[in-house]
Amino acid sequence: MIAIETLHKWYGDHHVLKGVDLSVATGERVVVLGPSGSGKSTLIRAINGLEPHQSGTIRVDGHDLAGRGKVGAAARRATGMVFQGFNLFPHLTVLDNCTLAPIRVAGVPRAEAEARALALLERVRIADHAHKFPVQLSGGQQQRAAIARALAMAPKVMLFDEPTSALDPEMVGEVLDVMRGLAASGMTMIVVTHEMGFAREVADRVIFMDAGQIIEEGAPEPFFAAPRQARTRAFLSRLRA
Amino acid sequence: MSRAALWARRLALALGLVLLLVLAAPALRWLVWDATWTGQSRAACDPAGACWAMITARAPQILWGFYPSGHGWRVVLALALLPAGLAPLAVRGRAGLALLTAPLGAVACLALLGGARLLPSVPSAYWGGLSLNLIIGTVCAIFALPLGVLLALARRSGLPVIRLLATAYIETARAAPLIVVLFAAAVLVPLLVPAPLALDKLARAMVAITLFEAAYMAEAVRGGLMAVPQGQREAAQALGLGPMRTLVYVVLPQALRTAAPALVNSFIGLLKDTSLIYVIGVLDLTGVLRNAVSDFAWQGLEPEAYIFVGLTFWLLCFGLSRASAVLERRFQAAPTPIG
Repeated sequence: MIAIETLHKWYGDHHVLKGVDLSVATGERVVVLGPSGSGKSTLIRAINGLEPHQSGTIRVDGHDLAGRGKVGAAARRATGMVFQGFNLFPHLTVLDNCTLAPIRVAGVPRAEAEARALALLERVRIADHAHKFPVQLSGGQQQRAAIARALAMAPKVMLFDEPTSALDPEMVGEVLDVMRGLAASGMTMIVVTHEMGFAREVADRVIFMDAGQIIEEGAPEPFFAAPRQARTRAFLSRLRA
Repeated sequence: MSRAALWARRLALALGLVLLLVLAAPALRWLVWDATWTGQSRAACDPAGACWAMITARAPQILWGFYPSGHGWRVVLALALLPAGLAPLAVRGRAGLALLTAPLGAVACLALLGGARLLPSVPSAYWGGLSLNLIIGTVCAIFALPLGVLLALARRSGLPVIRLLATAYIETARAAPLIVVLFAAAVLVPLLVPAPLALDKLARAMVAITLFEAAYMAEAVRGGLMAVPQGQREAAQALGLGPMRTLVYVVLPQALRTAAPALVNSFIGLLKDTSLIYVIGVLDLTGVLRNAVSDFAWQGLEPEAYIFVGLTFWLLCFGLSRASAVLERRFQAAPTPIG
């Protein structure tokens, strides 16, 4: 589903991604761990086309992300993104947040777009709040609405950039529950997170990044039980402390 | 609050009111009680009070200048249609209604200008009075706002040439006094531009005011644009909206809402600025009254004339400010943060 080859990215002189190779199969759930500044957020933002890269290739669902016109657009359309700060549109109701792109980009008739959006809001359990504005919702509700908004464009891959980091602790659970449900439905997911419990339980594969490179990857059980690299061990022990 | 403090406050308030009445009494007596309200010349007025007879005697001119008598309804109709034509643009989710805007605007122009064998034609030289201030204010606002939005976007453009041109334009327009711009439009343009392209004097003045005010509105809109968080553009891009739709559906609605107070400030400034066109010989409210006091019958009534102009503009601007406050509250009706 996703094939990344020798991806390099610089911010000016700063080399953020140093030759990342990663492939993700359809239906696979990948959790990306790493200290801040390790390039993990940059990596999934690059997969969504939010961060241009200087060399290497990213193919999503067979389409080259850097491709011109329809090829690049198809690659971007295949991914949905959930941000740390929700980034809901504050001037639109929750329902309108979820129908804006289907109506204006995909050309779905309004009635059909609203019916589909309501079904998605039902799925993330905030259909009751469909006609409220984002500021009237709690952080957890906003993030669930943001997940529904991304799903409304029927992406093949869902990217999560630290989706629970901006939430009060008591709201983390409800968002992770929705993500578990999404994983159980067979959605391909790449999740940047610090939620180790979620990583153990949901991930098919855990990736550890540091200083712009993938240091170690593997199934969650061996990864957490017996990390091979010193940097991974240091990172995990800091988290447990 | 203790009882003593409460009484002290009431006493202070009562004293303040008495003081105000004592100070204002002579003014009120002159303005209202001793004033003369009707008459055909200054001779009919009691010298102890204000001579409002000039205002009542000249009411038609004050309202619509030298527009032919009996045709004043055309001015009123045009003034009613201009805002009515804009109303559909503000109705949410009914984009189709916007199709009404152009025909309503056309009917307004037809009513005002006449012609097309339906109504006797009235050239702009006959327009004037308060209605002219309102017409100039409304029409210039209608064109200056979109122009201001375009200028603000150009000033934030990724293309250096466009950014430079927009910045140069805005800074130049803001640095020129409106009075100079108006003289240039009235005197300079006809010398440089061949006759049919130079339009008539009023049209040139309106173009000049529009171009001038657009620069101020551009800065208000730019402030709004800068206040939209980067995350909003990223979320829109991640949904595949693309630059144009991101601008129309995500960035501009938020930017204009943030810019609304500054824009209302610009609209109020624009309405007051319309009174400056009397310097190029167009008889707006100010001009009509200056004309009246130069008439032998009403000589020496400058105080009444300028008090009337001042009060009228105060009422209009205060009304505009109240109306926009209501709109602002409605925009923010639902969203109040919780937790």
